[in-house]
Amino acid sequence: MPVPGVFTHCPYCALQCGMSLRDAEGQLLVGTRDFPTNRGGLCQKGWTSAELLASPDRLTMPLVRAYRAAPLKPASWDEALARVAAEIRRSQSVYGPDSVAVFGGGGLTNEKAYALGKFARVALGTSNIDYNGRFCMSSAAAAGARAFGVDRGLPFPLPDLAVADTILLVGSNVAETMPPFTRWLSDQQDNGGALVVVDPRQTPTARRATLHLQVTPGTDLALANGLLHIAIAEGHVDEPYIAARTSGFGDVRRVAAAYWPERVERITGVTVAEQRAAVRLLAGAERAMVLTSRGAEQHSKGTDTVSALINLALALGLPGTEGSGYGCLTGQGNGQGGREHGQKADQLPGYRRIDDPAAREHVAAVWGVDPARIPGPGRSAFELLDALGTAGGPRALLVMGSNVAVSAPSSGRIGRRLGSLDFLAVCDLFLSETAASADVVLPVAQWAEESGTMTNLEGRVLLRQRAAVPPPGVRTDLEVIAALALLLDAPGQWNAEPEAVFDELRRASAGGPADYAGISYERIAAEDGVFWPCPAADHPGTPRMFLNAFATPDGRARFVPVEHRPVAEDLDAEYPVYLTTGRLMEHYQSGTQTRRVRALREAQPEPVVEVHPDLAEACRLNEGDRVRVVSRRGAAEVLVRITETVRPDTVFMPFHWGGSSSANLVTNPALDPVSKMPEFKVCAVRLEAVA
Amino acid sequence: MTSCRLVVVGNGMAGCRFVQEVLARDADRRLGITVVGDEPGGAYNRLQLSNVLAGVARVDSIELAGEQWYAAHGVTLCTGTAVVRIDRQAGRVELDDGAALPYDVLVLATGSSPVLPPVAGLLRDDGRLPPGVVAFRTLADCTAIAQLAVTAEHAVVLGAGVLGLETARGLAGHGLPVTLVQRGSRLMERQLDADASRVLTRTVRSLGVQVRPGAGVRAVRVDGRVRGVVLDDGGTLDADLLVLCCGVRPRVELARAAGLAVAVGVVVDDQLRSSNDPRIFAIGECAEHRGRTHGLVAPSWEQARVAAQVITGSGEPVSYRGLVTVTRLKAAGIELASLGDATADDEDGSGDVEVIRFSDSSRGVYQKLVVRDGRLAGAILLGDTRAVGTITQLFDRGAALPEDRSCLLMVRRNNPAAVVQSPAMLPGRATICQCNGITKAGVCAAWQDGARDVDQISARTRAMTGCGTCRGAIEGIVAWLTGADAGSSVSA
Ligand SMILES: Cc1cc2nc3c(=O)[nH]c(=O)nc-3n(C[C@H](O)[C@H](O)[C@H](O)COP(=O)(O)OP(=O)(O)OC[C@H]3O[C@@H](n4cnc5c(N)ncnc54)[C@H](O)[C@@H]3O)c2cc1C
Repeated sequence: MPVPGVFTHCPYCALQCGMSLRDAEGQLLVGTRDFPTNRGGLCQKGWTSAELLASPDRLTMPLVRAYRAAPLKPASWDEALARVAAEIRRSQSVYGPDSVAVFGGGGLTNEKAYALGKFARVALGTSNIDYNGRFCMSSAAAAGARAFGVDRGLPFPLPDLAVADTILLVGSNVAETMPPFTRWLSDQQDNGGALVVVDPRQTPTARRATLHLQVTPGTDLALANGLLHIAIAEGHVDEPYIAARTSGFGDVRRVAAAYWPERVERITGVTVAEQRAAVRLLAGAERAMVLTSRGAEQHSKGTDTVSALINLALALGLPGTEGSGYGCLTGQGNGQGGREHGQKADQLPGYRRIDDPAAREHVAAVWGVDPARIPGPGRSAFELLDALGTAGGPRALLVMGSNVAVSAPSSGRIGRRLGSLDFLAVCDLFLSETAASADVVLPVAQWAEESGTMTNLEGRVLLRQRAAVPPPGVRTDLEVIAALALLLDAPGQWNAEPEAVFDELRRASAGGPADYAGISYERIAAEDGVFWPCPAADHPGTPRMFLNAFATPDGRARFVPVEHRPVAEDLDAEYPVYLTTGRLMEHYQSGTQTRRVRALREAQPEPVVEVHPDLAEACRLNEGDRVRVVSRRGAAEVLVRITETVRPDTVFMPFHWGGSSSANLVTNPALDPVSKMPEFKVCAVRLEAVA
Repeated sequence: MTSCRLVVVGNGMAGCRFVQEVLARDADRRLGITVVGDEPGGAYNRLQLSNVLAGVARVDSIELAGEQWYAAHGVTLCTGTAVVRIDRQAGRVELDDGAALPYDVLVLATGSSPVLPPVAGLLRDDGRLPPGVVAFRTLADCTAIAQLAVTAEHAVVLGAGVLGLETARGLAGHGLPVTLVQRGSRLMERQLDADASRVLTRTVRSLGVQVRPGAGVRAVRVDGRVRGVVLDDGGTLDADLLVLCCGVRPRVELARAAGLAVAVGVVVDDQLRSSNDPRIFAIGECAEHRGRTHGLVAPSWEQARVAAQVITGSGEPVSYRGLVTVTRLKAAGIELASLGDATADDEDGSGDVEVIRFSDSSRGVYQKLVVRDGRLAGAILLGDTRAVGTITQLFDRGAALPEDRSCLLMVRRNNPAAVVQSPAMLPGRATICQCNGITKAGVCAAWQDGARDVDQISARTRAMTGCGTCRGAIEGIVAWLTGADAGSSVSA
């Protein structure tokens, strides 16, 4: 039963567009809402998002499998929860606490991310918890933290973009992935600003750029070092800023000396003239921004690539200068908040490090447990998934808010790992590919059916208000966590009420880098969101970070010298083409939600691979042909779409589909040594026509 | 714990890179490294010297590894010191200050020295070049040329290879009258065919460089300092600065004296080991691999990588297989790339090559692809290098070319030069006149106030009253405003 007209935010990406939901004869209708980030705009995904609330595919009863080979059958909640608790106890009594793992998601609200992290550490006592944000923002987070002492996607509010003279956008196709965001770019360009886009594809975003640098996949780091080289050689660096606000430039300057434009051209394919033009646009600007997204980050050197771009921004004096800066465009709905409150293997709430004794003490006090009870850092996402069912690895897994069977790299291998578990429990709205292979499936509420906070790509904490009650038979994730904690005799408080959980989160985050202590549901509603850090109720929040100092011990931003190296898997005679992956406008993540919305499904019904005409000719492929995209790890069968927007040496596949057409059957799980990000954005493949 | 003493002779681009590659592979510092370099100071990026001379790169931007860097990484560096002898029996090198260094492994990275052409009067009795004459190779040479250029009235650059062109263009950019003299008929004869050379000659002339191809120099006129040159045909050119860019010769004296096999360079195998002493390696321009020496950084660095891998014994076994050559001219206003076997012709009757040409000489464009077996064997891109990224990668990878070769040259992409030069694309806050801090918005405001030409704008804003170099930019804005005024309004 819907409740009338409420303000909320879209269920999909990190822009978290403000929207309203209004009841029209028992159906919720999406309406616009004047919110400072999207200013009334919504994309097709947002407009159609309420359709999922009434989807006939909704799960409304728990499903349980009696034994691994048995079919999933409806069961009562008591039965299903008892089974989960029993399997957890059994596994832990034989194999120890770490034998049970938890996998979360960047779409979960702050409250859920917090509760899930607490559940893993306190109720399960396992170190094995991580989440799909590893596959998303972890490289930028790691690089941001090592440069600035803390990572907040955008350390400035979106309206700053509109008045930037130059924006360098690396590996981001916002025109498709975040359409309302593009309004800020339109404003910026209308104001005479220049937009430089770095992307191997001529995406809709690249097509609107002042300058598009169509870089070879996996070479953004060399390009960034090359741009820095030119800035230094031509005398554009901001020496007073570097002296007053940074440390470590000497080593970076030395490294950059080896990236002269002609060398970088040979590595990246970006011409010398294009490199010089990009630097001139950046250096000639009074306000300039460097922004990165997955295209720069999802590499086995993603962290270093972002560091190289941050080095460039620092050399030009941008971060911590009003109107300028470096930022990462977070992807998932709560990609920002989801990485701050403890569902990451190495973190505790408030963006604290789990290996920091003071942090453990503070959080343990809030949780009402002995600090020694909190486990140490655990495995990162891919390592965790890859260890499932192996000797010494987890034997039981609880998944919340993620469809790992589709979204993990080399997903065929991960499918086999999931299959080797003793026990798998999944909370989902739908029978996703992952849920379909679970022993227990718990049907949970979706965004409009429960309240909660999200932290958008600007670090602005937002409130999603409940607009409808969940269908009968469906529970919220928080209720599931609280019920399981109770069944497992976990110490401490386990509340399922979102606002109460948020209050606890505030206390747990107090004093940490991502301090939410002063943020309340009332303030969020009254102030159109509150920017963290906000340590006290009378603190205004922090729309712009670092204006006076960076969050490092000495207050200076740190340059980090980084070197280019080849992609983990380069081209050879057998696999002569690069594959890069990404998103389409109409779909979101593994497609569990968007593939179930009619308009979106009809617009993009089938998985495709985009192929340049020259390559199509060489492989004797025509538009619409069936083709197998084959790598050393697996093959995906999809339709050919011929387009000049890809490079002749590179094909592109969206990753929104499961089954035999899943792009991630092909991708390479080579991990970044720092962030543990897999190399989603480039691997070597060949194309085989299917007769 | 040091168990192996590694001595590197030469701290240029190959030597420095080699040390960095070794350090990256020798985490537990088993090697005790000593580098001996006869130039003063740490290592610098030699190829940037042409940009430094041209004023395109600042001299403080070219350091690859300063002296502190060596100290911080536990590497002993002897600067301003030459190795004068290798004693292979004793396993040590002798330095010009009388000291000696024992080695277990010795790496020669001595590079090349400039060739001095056999011209009367070029060398003084003491064997040195007369004042005003510089053979360009080192930072010291670069500094000397730059200093001479300040007071010089006319410069002559001898040799129209890559270095000669870059040097002549760089000097002309400072407003110095420059004549480029070349004995052969073509510019960059190793990289260009006759047609390309003709187009390039026009381009170079339009940039203020006099070009005299087919003119050998018979004598240098010296009177206390250089005064000019006498050409083969008896003609003379005045010059108070003469820069020699007549090619290089590998520095092999040490190796030869020590009895190592030397042809043009020190002969090495696929592991960069000298052919008759397994303890001695050679890399960079002084090395000769499978009968070939080279004069470029890319192969020098690849050799440095392979030698480091071999000497540290880390990772997979590796071999140096030679690299295809890519030459990019670094001269403002000249877009030029030459790849591989670019001079090949399809009219020689052999029929095994296919040549694709496009030329638009009025715009200074000449493009050529040389194709063998469906793959790129060479290319020239002159005047329009927008395709250079794609072409170089196809060449480097030996990739099969598309059936329709012409599409490789037809790039529809943005012209980056136009992007930055177009005033429409400049942000309003972009500074146009550095000296007086006048922005594009300021120029536009003056226009709105009625200033309709460059001088009126200057009078109103004081732009151009400093160094005056912003004149071109302001002319561009005025042209744009004039054009736009006819149509819609302009926002700054
Ligand atoms: C102005 C200029 C522009 C160039 N542009 C390009 C370009 O665009 N692209 C490109 O690929 N290449 C370019 N080159 C060539 C490039 O610089 C060389 O290929 C590269 O430096 C070769 O490295 P190397 O270490 O073998 O020699 P070098 O860099 O010359 O280093 C050799 C070092 O060894 C020292 N040495 C020699 N003998 C002794 C001894 N007995 N004891 C101690 N020290 C000794 C020398 O003094 C020198 O410092 C350019 C060169 C110049 C001069």
